[in-house]
Order: sequence, then structure tokens, then C-alpha cells
Amino acid sequence: MDEDATVGVCNFTFPRMPVQSRVNASRMCTSLISSRTHMPRGGAIFEVSRILDAKIAEKAGACAIVLSQSICFCNSRMIDPSLIAKFKAAVSIPIIARVRVGHVVEAETLQAVGVDFIDESEILGTADKENHINKGDFTCPFICGSTNLGEALERIKEGAAMIRTQGIESISGDIATTVQNVRSVMEDIKLLHNMSEEERLEFSGEIGVPSELAAQTGRMGRLPVVHFAAGGIVTPADAAFMMILGCDGVFVGPEMFDWPDPYKRARGIVEAVNRYNDPNAVVVAMSGLN
Amino acid sequence: MAVVGVLALQGSFNEHIAALRKIGVKGIEIRKPEQLRDVTSLIIPGGESTTMAKLAELHNLFPALREFVKMGRPVWGTCAGLIFLANKATGQKTGGQQLVGGLDCTVHRNFFGSQIQSFEAELPVPELASKEGGPETFRGIFIRAPAILEVGPEVQVLADFPVPSKRLLGSDPSLEDQKENDEEESKVIVAVRQGNTLGTAFHPELTADTRWHSYFLKMGNEITEAASRSCVPVEVSVCHKQPPQNDLPIFQ
Repeated sequence: MDEDATVGVCNFTFPRMPVQSRVNASRMCTSLISSRTHMPRGGAIFEVSRILDAKIAEKAGACAIVLSQSICFCNSRMIDPSLIAKFKAAVSIPIIARVRVGHVVEAETLQAVGVDFIDESEILGTADKENHINKGDFTCPFICGSTNLGEALERIKEGAAMIRTQGIESISGDIATTVQNVRSVMEDIKLLHNMSEEERLEFSGEIGVPSELAAQTGRMGRLPVVHFAAGGIVTPADAAFMMILGCDGVFVGPEMFDWPDPYKRARGIVEAVNRYNDPNAVVVAMSGLN
Repeated sequence: MAVVGVLALQGSFNEHIAALRKIGVKGIEIRKPEQLRDVTSLIIPGGESTTMAKLAELHNLFPALREFVKMGRPVWGTCAGLIFLANKATGQKTGGQQLVGGLDCTVHRNFFGSQIQSFEAELPVPELASKEGGPETFRGIFIRAPAILEVGPEVQVLADFPVPSKRLLGSDPSLEDQKENDEEESKVIVAVRQGNTLGTAFHPELTADTRWHSYFLKMGNEITEAASRSCVPVEVSVCHKQPPQNDLPIFQ
């Protein structure tokens, strides 16, 4: 790892470094890691399994892509690292790859390969039933899923730099659970925001979240990290809905690419995330998709 | 109160508005070409430059943005915004993106690599320090950052950054004739000014040091008649009661 007096370069490579120096480097880089996740804000991230779909997403204005492997039986573990290089050669937007919850070695592998973000994904699978990854040990920023504020703050405490409030992953396009979970998070944040510091302390004890994070969330009136919604989002109207509920952006599932004219749909979703407050813009984004 | 437009297509526009608020300036989110009439200066934020270019194209923003720059109004591009303002960009995959232009320079997208090669650096900033005071260096946050490989004669270099020579060579074959391979280290340029156009490859909006924002505002105040003509109220099309747009934390 290169470090001199004027430049802090957060750049780990294999073979594995001793734990202590990893931890020191990660403390140095924490603000940088969080800063990096500001960049996808106001954007749409598309899940892709094919190079063609990745290019369509980029052309449509995706702010990042999440990689999945199209072979069903392989879909429950980290993607083959050799495929990542192919996607990196095909697109210039940030690339996210997923690891199973708690699988430290999958995460270290992806960090070594050089993905832009790692998604510790409960949707992909769980490798450690007791523990999530200690994300503060890494220099690559992590995205984590959650369904309520308590889980979100736990993940942030572990070092997640971005939260994905998750609904049901299915091709049915059912966003009801996503909406329910986003609303639950936003309502709890609003409650916290309107509380005194003492009340926040009590509330954090009740829902079992770190008190300092609850306090920060309450003071800010939002999660202290970028907050996207995921689960069943396939239309521009769905994307706009999530933005109106207060999210910073959306994840779109791979089923989007099975619809006719995926480019137009993807472009409509990107547009709706940006102009969610303008019904005329959403009309244009929704028209001619089916 | 000065009013600055911030292009709000994607990325760190909220962070710029928060930085402006800290120094007592109102930032207006710009999404449509006609909104540019209501502001006297513009910030193009960091984010994903292909996303921003796609949306700008969809909304026919490019002609209005080019006009804005041509009129000599102050414009500042950070990171992806810098790419927008360059006359020439390299290092692109899919046949390129539209550019606004205005800075006579060649910019290389993602020069420093992917997210994992993002870094912070203390940059010597003599011009900024002489105009705004404060430390002689500025903590630059580089996130998948571009770098400026060459500049025209009228461009003022405000900050540069050392890189290994072979890194510079590898980035663009067309520059091989201009290499300085006498030393092991070369430099790339990371902050420039040309007239009223400012470009930084790093993200001042992600740090608490607001000197670049003050510097940019002074560029705005250097215009005489154009500045005094401003302050038309901007129409706000809010159709839904939104949760308050609060800022993500930035760090010291």
C-alpha cells in the first residue's frame, strides 16, 4: 500500500495485510468512503447479468450497475470474479457486486478485484447467521439492505456507507412491501426528528439501535447515509413514488430487461428519479413503454 | 442575497447547495433550460457524468448551457461537471458524451481509476490561499476523478497533482509526443480557471472548507451589469408535499 506524507491512497491489494494495519487505514479512509456514496445520489442503479444490458443501462443514464450471474444455481453466491473485468471493460459507470451476508472472504475478493461498491446482500444469501461483515475493516464502500430503521442503523454502525431499504425481490413488480418498509423508516425518522435528545435516547433503547446514530438521524431528519429503495421497481412511476417518499434513488431489478424496449424503460426510470416532482415529466417517462 | 444555480440532474447538488448556504448564499436547483435565465452563475456538480449528460440531452439543456458559458457568466464544474466544461474529453467507453465546453483543455475521465482508487490529497493552492486566505493547501477529495492532461494558453492552472510519468503516457496515446519523461514524475492538472469558468477535478462540496465556493462567488461579483439584472423569482413546481431535503453529513 502506498502512503506518503501528502497523499493518503486507499488501495489494498492481496496478499492480505495484518489486521491492525487494515484497521488503521480504514479509520483514515472513513470520511472518504462515505463521501464516495454521495455520487450515486439522485440516480437509478440497475441490476444486470449481461454485458448488453449493462451497456443499455449506461446509455440510458444509470448511475451504476449491480452485477448478477444469469445461471440460476450460481445466483446464490458471489459472482465469478473473471466476469467483473468484462463488465469493467464494457462500461465506465460504477460497478457494484454482491456478497453473502457475513462472507468476509467474498468481500475481500471483490475489494481486490476492484469493484466500486460491495453490496452485502441478504437477497443473495447468508453465509454467517450471527454476524454481518465488519465493514469498517474495508476501504471499499458497502451497501446493506434493511427493512426498518433499527436494522438500517445497525448496518450503518457496522460501517455501511449506503442503505438499501428492501421490499420483495420478484418479477411480479409488487412494490407494496417496498413502500411499506420505506414508509416505516421515514416515519420513524420523523418521530426521532421531533423528539428531544432524552426522548431519542429512550427511543433508541426501545428499538435497539445505537444511541449516537439515532441522535444523529434525529437531528438531521434523515439517515446519515445515502438511502435507496429496492424491490419490484420496474416503472418510472414506481421510481418517482420512492423519490416522493424521500429516498435518494432506486435499485431496479433485472426483470426490467425482459420487458419490451428496455432502453426506453430504463431511460424513463432515470428521468423519473430526477423529475419525480413534475407529473408531466412522469407522463412522458411512462408513455409508450408497453 | 446572491442566487447561484446548481445543475440538479444527479449527484452532489444538495451538497453544493448546503455549502452555499453556509456562506449565506441561496442555491437554486436547475433542471430546465429556462431556469438558467433566473441565475447569474451556475455550478455543475459531481456525480455520474454519463447520467448527467443523458438527462441534459433529454431536456435540451446543452444549447442553454453553452449559451450561458458563451455569455461569460461564471460557471464552475466539479469532477463530472469539469468533464462537461472541457472542450475535449478522453477515456470514454461508449462513443463519448456531449460536452458543454468552455474550458480550453483536454480532460481524461476516471483518470485515477475506479472507486477503490479514490483518495484524498493536500493540494497546494497558492492562488486560492492568496485570494481567500486560510492554509496554503486544500484537502481535495478525488472520487473516480478526471484529470486535465493539457491546457490552452489562456487557462490558468490553480492546482496540479504529481503522477508517475508512465501513468500519464498510458492514459492517452495521442499525448506521447508531449511527455516529460526527463523525470520519473509528471503532473496532471486538477483545478483551472479560464475567464469566468472554473473547473476542479476534486469535490470541495464534500469538505467543510468553503474557500472554493467563496472564490467562485467572487468571480460572480466581478460581473457588473449582468449581476444587477438578476433576482427574478424562480417558479417552483412542487406538486407533492415532500419530506425536507436534509443534507448528508460531510466531513472535516
